[in-house]
Amino acid sequence: MIWFFLLPSAVVLLLVVFYPFLYNLYISTTNMGLYTIRDYSIKGLQNYRDIFLEKDLWYYFGKTLIWTFVNLFFHMVLGISIAMLLNTQIKGRGVFRALLILPWAMPQYISALTWKGMFNYQYGAINLILTKFFHLPAIEWFSNATWAFIAPILTNIWLGFPFIMVVTLGGLQSIPRDLYEAADIDGASPVRKFFSITLPMLKPVLTPAIILGTIWTFNNINVIWLVTDRGLPADKTHILVTYVYKAAFTYYRYGYAAAFSVFIFALLFAFSLFYIKKTNALGEER
Amino acid sequence: MAPRHGRSGKAFKTALVYLLLAVITLITVYPIVQIFGISLRPANELYSTSLRIIPENASFKAYRVVLFEKDFFTWLRNSMIVALSVSIFGVTLASTSGYAFSRFRFRGRKAGMISILVTQMFPATMLLLPLYILMAKFHLVDTLLGIIIAYTATALPFCIWTMKGYYDTIPIELEEAAMIDGTTRFGAFFRVTMPLSAPALVITALFSFMAGWSEFIVARVIINRQGLYTLPLGLESLSSTFQTEWANYAAGSVIVCIPVVVMFLLLSRFLISGLTLGGVKG
Repeated sequence: MIWFFLLPSAVVLLLVVFYPFLYNLYISTTNMGLYTIRDYSIKGLQNYRDIFLEKDLWYYFGKTLIWTFVNLFFHMVLGISIAMLLNTQIKGRGVFRALLILPWAMPQYISALTWKGMFNYQYGAINLILTKFFHLPAIEWFSNATWAFIAPILTNIWLGFPFIMVVTLGGLQSIPRDLYEAADIDGASPVRKFFSITLPMLKPVLTPAIILGTIWTFNNINVIWLVTDRGLPADKTHILVTYVYKAAFTYYRYGYAAAFSVFIFALLFAFSLFYIKKTNALGEER
Repeated sequence: MAPRHGRSGKAFKTALVYLLLAVITLITVYPIVQIFGISLRPANELYSTSLRIIPENASFKAYRVVLFEKDFFTWLRNSMIVALSVSIFGVTLASTSGYAFSRFRFRGRKAGMISILVTQMFPATMLLLPLYILMAKFHLVDTLLGIIIAYTATALPFCIWTMKGYYDTIPIELEEAAMIDGTTRFGAFFRVTMPLSAPALVITALFSFMAGWSEFIVARVIINRQGLYTLPLGLESLSSTFQTEWANYAAGSVIVCIPVVVMFLLLSRFLISGLTLGGVKG
């Protein structure tokens, strides 16, 4: 009887996840490319060696770390503080909540393309606001590698904070009110209450959200690809995943890209294992 | 707020909360409002350096162009086929296997759950590249079936995990009571557990639908033929000629966003209860 429940998914997962995964490992040991898709040859671990010979590897790796850390930091700070503002007893909080969820509700590619338009040098809203309201010089977003990297980060901060906000709101509602009342009686300051009650009580919902958020951000191709128009200027804005996407589907280096995917996966796997062990996110029981 | 600040302190605090929320909300909705404004721009106002939201001589012409002079309805049909298929697969497969993971103890259960979690760490290319090469060999490139397969591969693990987490929160005693009353395991599943799992089922359906409706990076690889473009591919093709089609792209985006955003907001009350992130445990 258990097979009724399990078999359909098991078959589908074997076919579309497990088999491709193994096949990817196999491709990673070949020199497969667009023109050698059928008559490729086995190269052993050469692709893996090539990854470490790539001169920009550590540059992209560093960018990926910055990208993930900065995004997650602002997602957390904004998500938690906005959730706390929304958790006060004010009229119209439902309206604010609905409006603030919008970046999550919008299809990601539309948001990314819209932000790309807003970063346009001449007609984009951001430069217009900078020059007209603040009398600052316009920024050449996509001709400078630093600004071109800040642009997708701003976009992704905007995209990602509602997720943490919603998760936090759920968590806040489950904190018993009498904890705060007891703290009030003891004369605890708001800061003290935040760090001694709110944050620890939010930990069970935030920890899995952080793990998921880290993985999603680390692996996000969409935003950088679309906002910087596939890595402008001159492939300087790539993170690891956009770089490997380009290697696979613009340069058709299948074997190399397959090996690179395994490398990225290994990085994430090591990180998650470390983080889960450290925070005990999966719980004792299992 | 400590009581000693009294009434005026409280009013001040409320005003401050409103002010902060208003500023944050304004910044948050600005890009969305802006895209609506651009969609109303008449052709001679396209390159405007004005920051007005509603342009002078606003017109709905771009909407007419997108709907009737572009292949919008072809994109819409393709996206519908893909998104509906993915969400039907997602819900039926995840509601059953999530149940198995939640209720049965079998060999390989733990390994199964962990491998499902591990798939979330795959970079997109990890499955996309081998799937693409396999599809090329089986002539599935440039077919809607091809993207449906690819989306199912990425959406299903998350769906199973969500469903399993939610089932864990439903007391097993409810099913046992039903089974004592003479129902089979299947009866208990369909008549007791499933109805109680409505929030998670809704979230699973929504997430897998959105995965199919909004995905660009995978579709771009598998689909090349214009007749098979999904909405993201179609809209991107408009946006890449920003020069001429900016207003059309914006109008198309507004049309595409409205149904998903409305759906998302209507279902957002399920987000908290259905997305049992705490249920990652066990």
